[in-house]
Order: sequence, then structure tokens, then C-alpha cells
Amino acid sequence: MNCIIIDDEAMARAIITQMISKDPELKLAQEFSNAIPAIKFLNQDSAGTDLIFLDIHMPDFTGFDFIQTIKNPPAVILITSDKNFATDAFEYDCIVDYIVKPITEDRFLRAIRKAKAHRVPEPAGAATASVAAVPAPAAAPVPQDQPKDTATEFYVNIDRRLIKIEIASINVVEAKGDYIHIKTEQKNYIVHSTLKKIEEKLPDTLFLKVHRTYIINTKKIIDIEDNSVLIGKDVIPVSRANRPELIKRLNML
Amino acid sequence: MEEPNLNYINELAGDDNDFRAVLIGVIKNELPAEINEYQDNLAAQNFNAAADNVHKLKHKISVMGMEQSYYLAEKFENNLKERSTQLQAEFGQLLMAMQGFAASL
Repeated sequence: MNCIIIDDEAMARAIITQMISKDPELKLAQEFSNAIPAIKFLNQDSAGTDLIFLDIHMPDFTGFDFIQTIKNPPAVILITSDKNFATDAFEYDCIVDYIVKPITEDRFLRAIRKAKAHRVPEPAGAATASVAAVPAPAAAPVPQDQPKDTATEFYVNIDRRLIKIEIASINVVEAKGDYIHIKTEQKNYIVHSTLKKIEEKLPDTLFLKVHRTYIINTKKIIDIEDNSVLIGKDVIPVSRANRPELIKRLNML
Repeated sequence: MEEPNLNYINELAGDDNDFRAVLIGVIKNELPAEINEYQDNLAAQNFNAAADNVHKLKHKISVMGMEQSYYLAEKFENNLKERSTQLQAEFGQLLMAMQGFAASL
């Protein structure tokens, strides 16, 4: 089974790597300290990944966000310090086990047995895991004649599915290399697009580019301190050049 | 307070001294950076970021064999999410003990 590890902690990756090396049926293809390069890897993965060891609690993009981004995900073993997500894990057919750190060898072996049992031979020519990295226009079908200040939603193209995003629900959009990370109140999405493209779809009355890599929904600001704003759980940097415009937008007492 | 120890690492590595050395190397490299990041976030009152740092440190706490301290960290992580620093002093002592132990390895 071809495996990858996604965990922001080097200690966890070292332990999982060692345990994988003891099972001749397992082959570690790659390890990642965050989910975004793993998405790129899966998108170009010709050998096919059979099993993902996945941390839940990672900066920016959780393990659950990652699973939701993948179409036809392979078997996933969640490995986490958080006991509170076990119930959520049952919502996903691909999750075969849930290990709470620290990992013991017995517990790891039990999880591997479940992953092997979960593995179903694919019919010839079947696609392996494919990912939300469709190089199509990301923020596409707001009708061309609809001004962006009156549009209430747009669609993103994720793995050939058009997913509706309510504009007012967006907290933050962050540029991450060739992708943008759209954080809404409920979910996060990784889309193959640019900040410039999504900026064209977002109403100026609500959204402001506060940094080279961030656009924020100004209605979602909780507080502002020096060169940063707090939105939800995220502290977003504000560049010096954009700060005056941000302050101008505030309804000050 | 519990003393940090190598029980978990020794059990995991068995006779594999190279793997034991890898794990100890990771602790020595990763722990100071994680503690610095936590302290910076706490000083800046970035409570959610500090809670994330504590969350990550929990694994090191368990790797260092401190089961009771793990629960202290869990409570402190939850306090930080509520923007409370209750248990900060106790957690600080725990970090000092871990740093001292890591430096002695």
C-alpha cells in the first residue's frame, strides 16, 4: 500500500515513518507538514495513494477540510492529540481508524489491519484519488451582467463539482501559492485560483485586501490591533499601506 | 510535578538506537521552537494561536511520559480558547521542566 503522512509535527511524522518501515506491505511515498502540498502531490500522483495518515489539528487547513477537498479519498487513518473529533470521524466512509497520540505499536498495527481490510480492489481503469485542483476558472459563474456589489453568491469549481459559496459567509481569503484558501463560517475550501480573480467577484462594500496575501470581510472583524485584525480564530496581518483604508471603513464612535 | 522521562521513547525504539537518536534529535530541535512560538503568541495575547501551540506541545508532553501533565495542558488549552490564562504559571513550570530535560539528553 502506498502511503503518505500529513502532520505538522516532526515528532509524529518520525514515529509514523518508523512504524510504516516495519511493515513490508506499506511503502511511504511522501510526508508533508501541511495539507496544501499534499493536495498537489495527490493531484499528480500516478502511482496511486492507498492510505493517508492524517493529523486533524493543523494550521490553516484541518484534516477534515483536507478530506472534504478530495474526491474519492483513499483510506485515511486520523492521528491526533484531540479526542473530541471521534464522532465527526464517523461521518466519513474513508476514515478507517482514529488514533489518539501518543501512538503505540499495537494501536498502529490494529489501524493498519483495518486499512488493509478496507481496501477494495478497484476495477481496471478506475481513477485513483483525485483532488480539488482543477485548473479551471475558480470563481466562475457569477453571471457576467450581475454587478459584483449585488451578487450574493458565486461558485467554485472543485474537482468538477460547482460548489456554491455565499459571499456574506466568507471570513477571509488567503493566497497560498497557486491556490486560494477560502474560509467561511462553516467550511474552508482550497481552490486553484488567484487572489486577483476572486477579488473581482467580491463586493468592495464588504471586502478589503489588507495584505498582499489576504482579503478580509470587514463585517467579520472582531478586533484590530496595530498591524493585525482578528477574524474568527484567525489573526490576519494588515500591511501599513492598507491600514488607512481599513480604518476609514470602520464605523468609529 | 511529574518528571519528564524516556519511558515511551525507550519502549517505542526498543533496541533501535538509531531511531531513539532520531526521536531525541526531534525533541531537541522542535521543542524550543514550539515553546518560543507559544510564548510569543501569549505575550501578544493571540490566545487562539497560543492554544494551538499548547495543543501541539501536548504530544511532546505525552512523548516525555507525563500523563498527568497532559491533562493540565488540555485544561490550559481550553482556557486559552476562552481567552483565559488560568493555569499559565503551572504550564510554564511544566515547559521549564521539559526544556531542562531536553537539554540534558
